[in-house]
Amino acid sequence: MKPAVFDYHAPRTVDEALGLLAQYGGDAKPLAGGQSLVPTMNFRLAQPAALVDLNGIDELFYLRQGEGGLRCGAMTRQRSVENSTLAQRLSPLLHEAMPHIAHTQIRNRGTIGGSLAHADPAAELPALALALDARFYVRSLTDGRWIAARDYYTGLFTTAMQPEEMLVEAVFPALPAGSGWAFDEVARQHGNYALCGAAAIITQGEDGLVKNAKLVFLSVGEGPVEAFQAANMLVGERPTPEAVRAAADTAATQEIDPVGDIHAGPAFRRHLARVVAQRVLTRAAARASAEVSV
Amino acid sequence: MKHTFTLTVNGRNYEREVEPRLLLSDFLRHDLGLTGTHVGCEHGVCGACTVLLDGEAVRSCLLFAVQASGREVETVESLDSGPQNLHPLQHGFWEAHGLQCGYCTPGILMSLVPFLRENPNPTESEIRDLLSGNICRCTGYQKIVEAVQLGAELIQEKST
Repeated sequence: MKPAVFDYHAPRTVDEALGLLAQYGGDAKPLAGGQSLVPTMNFRLAQPAALVDLNGIDELFYLRQGEGGLRCGAMTRQRSVENSTLAQRLSPLLHEAMPHIAHTQIRNRGTIGGSLAHADPAAELPALALALDARFYVRSLTDGRWIAARDYYTGLFTTAMQPEEMLVEAVFPALPAGSGWAFDEVARQHGNYALCGAAAIITQGEDGLVKNAKLVFLSVGEGPVEAFQAANMLVGERPTPEAVRAAADTAATQEIDPVGDIHAGPAFRRHLARVVAQRVLTRAAARASAEVSV
Repeated sequence: MKHTFTLTVNGRNYEREVEPRLLLSDFLRHDLGLTGTHVGCEHGVCGACTVLLDGEAVRSCLLFAVQASGREVETVESLDSGPQNLHPLQHGFWEAHGLQCGYCTPGILMSLVPFLRENPNPTESEIRDLLSGNICRCTGYQKIVEAVQLGAELIQEKST
């Protein structure tokens, strides 16, 4: 229950941090909020040769309105987003979901970039990023590139980043006019890992028909899982209770393949997926209708 | 390799040399002898080790001591100056029987200090939401909720 020995570095700039990651060639881990990394080190499931502590890199802590939407430095604490009126205005779905991430004491340290890069299938942020079509700026010492959230998650705790790369910024685009959103999850106790959760976005035209829909699950696969078929069923339709129920049913029966654990078997998870999908689609549709009728 | 660092704990400055892998929780208990901070699960779930870092409640088992370099840490020992002089929140816990074995209590108190600073009149549901970050296996939480309500009243009385 104590971490193994490691070298500790506390760089002050991103370049310095990237230099250290390059120098260790994949044996070093960036330390963001540490709310997932440190437990795995305490269990000795992770034994990195070195930690590159990002907590002293001031240039990674910011939340601002910019090109593309809400721009979020990788080290921005989850609690800062929760308390940000700017985040609430520019990315209400992201803002609404924050209190579902663990507990206040964890969100005080936990970061946006850390959770996105950790790629835990039970985490809220990867699912939100996928639902919002977020883009990530990833840097190495020699290069920088943008990766769309849909290309970023490649499997269980796995991303498209190379070991010497680091996520430095996430951009959450604003939703188009006429959009409604919702996030919900079911956990044994508030703040615990969700047994199942989902984010939904519905964009309605002035005619009341759905122009675009998105539904993304967490905790039912090896990463965030987007239910394309269910979303497509709603496009061009009125989001009636029957249409929403049919879409949620399709998502839960055909688009996910949940595995069981001690808290919930596959059948129960599938049931929860149907329930949660129906809830978030209903709420998103109601918000979209309210937007359109204003 | 050991690292030398300085920090403030409960208003006192310290300079120490530690291994980077030393957790803040173990540093407080073993190096500084501040055993009020309890260690439960050591993976951030139970909340017993909660302390304040620059005024915010955090898990001390998920921080390395060196990460507190140049920062201010407050532990449960900062709350009172002895049994005759309890912090109003501690008085609330004493009066309303907000603890049984007491193992979780320091973490709960340190979670509550910034919470009540931000929200001096919390609703029961807000209190329960905050307490979700601290596990108590004795009380069933009912008495803790009542203790928090009493503690919040006492803090306000004292400040007026």
